Amino acid sequence: MGLEDLQHNFLTGTLEDLVKWARRNSVWPATFGLACCAIEMMSLGAADYDISRMGMEVFRASPRQADLMIVAGRVSQKMAPVLRQVYDQMMEPKWVISMGVCASSGGMFNNYAIVQGVDQIVPVDVYAPGCPPSPETLLHAILTLHEKIRNGEITRRKPIESRVSEGDQTAIAVGGSDGESGDVAGWVPEVPGAVRVSTPR
Amino acid sequence: MSSSEGLKGQLSFLGGFKLTLEHLSRPRVTRQYPDEKKPKQPRQHGRHVLNRYEDGMEKCIGCELCAGVCPADCIYVRGLDNPPDDPVSPGERYGYVYEINFLRCIHCDLCVEACPTEAITESKLFEFSFTNRADAIYTKSELLVDDEGLPRHLPWEDWRDGEDLHSSGWMRATAPAGNAAYEGEVQWSGELGYGLRPPEGGQSGRRDDEATGTKPLREVLEAHLLKEDIPLEHRGMKGRIWRAKISAARHKKHLDEARSRHRASKAAREESRRPQTEMRGPK
Repeated sequence: MGLEDLQHNFLTGTLEDLVKWARRNSVWPATFGLACCAIEMMSLGAADYDISRMGMEVFRASPRQADLMIVAGRVSQKMAPVLRQVYDQMMEPKWVISMGVCASSGGMFNNYAIVQGVDQIVPVDVYAPGCPPSPETLLHAILTLHEKIRNGEITRRKPIESRVSEGDQTAIAVGGSDGESGDVAGWVPEVPGAVRVSTPR
Repeated sequence: MSSSEGLKGQLSFLGGFKLTLEHLSRPRVTRQYPDEKKPKQPRQHGRHVLNRYEDGMEKCIGCELCAGVCPADCIYVRGLDNPPDDPVSPGERYGYVYEINFLRCIHCDLCVEACPTEAITESKLFEFSFTNRADAIYTKSELLVDDEGLPRHLPWEDWRDGEDLHSSGWMRATAPAGNAAYEGEVQWSGELGYGLRPPEGGQSGRRDDEATGTKPLREVLEAHLLKEDIPLEHRGMKGRIWRAKISAARHKKHLDEARSRHRASKAAREESRRPQTEMRGPK
């Protein structure tokens, strides 16, 4: 029985905080540099940005000792099964950062050779945009992941539905997903082709 | 092996300590990112903004040139005719839908160069990340600047104080034929204030190279250029005289500055000598 199967109570609350603190401060990344983004990833590991401030300096060459996979670079169709295998060999709990636009969506390589988004293969926790992302962008993504680990729940506290609805509310409060300028003066455009295409939240 | 060599060999680890001690006195190189940020370069390409005129009108006229030029196909624009009683932009049309997918954008700035009205520029913000794909698609309401002309701060972006003051992009003023020494005018309207910079070396004939501290590009390039690429007034003997005049003026300016500096330091030295004697006098 893992920690995930525990029911939540006041004892496990403190235990959960402790476990999350420990997980957050020792996220060891697996080496998965695929292209030019890997240079920025190495720069993050070097003295200039010194990722060991976050307890992450050990880039593990073995997936069994790694918690985080930073997919740095474009993933070709041939690399996809390898990436999936490395992900499967990593121990739970595990996280994935999709670094750069090529890993996130194929970027400017919209062709038959490149996987259009690594989230078709593995579940991605944080996307870092940029071509390539600067070390600070990647650090921002890592801090976002830390925040995600801190706010995430290990034990079962609430039913899934309520969590989803809560997330939706914050998303609506956060982004202006419905604020198009068409309704500036109450004037409704009548062009049939003019539609909103962004992904609904 | 003699005893002294053995002792030396045994104490050789002190050399390592010496190296460590040397490094202790050196300045730190690590940049503590969440606490401080690296200063941005003036030509940094970051997150885009959609600009407005000072009267609140949008600059975007919905021409879709940015979407056409984008090599990553990350921009989606739909133009629409302006409503006659309450126009959104001064032109005939305006950008009704404007979306940028930041999981595709490679920040090449070609959209900024293509834009005829300087509607889209790039800010210096590069510290942002998303936890889902929907956040990465910025709609017009998120890209458009507020009433002050400053970009909006979204919760997944890391803005610091004063960073949003530099939201205007740098624009190349190259010739359509790709001539690097082209002396066309940089199209700054100067109507929207934030982050406007004077043109840099090689960008415009009317720039102030002394102020920007750059060597004029044409001086470097003219040796390699074809005759017809050099502007008429800079060709041949005329150009040589013009260049000589410019460099003489620059030389004279430097010389004058050095002389005045020397004079000032001399005066300061004399000034510092005088009060000492006065102080000693009463004793």
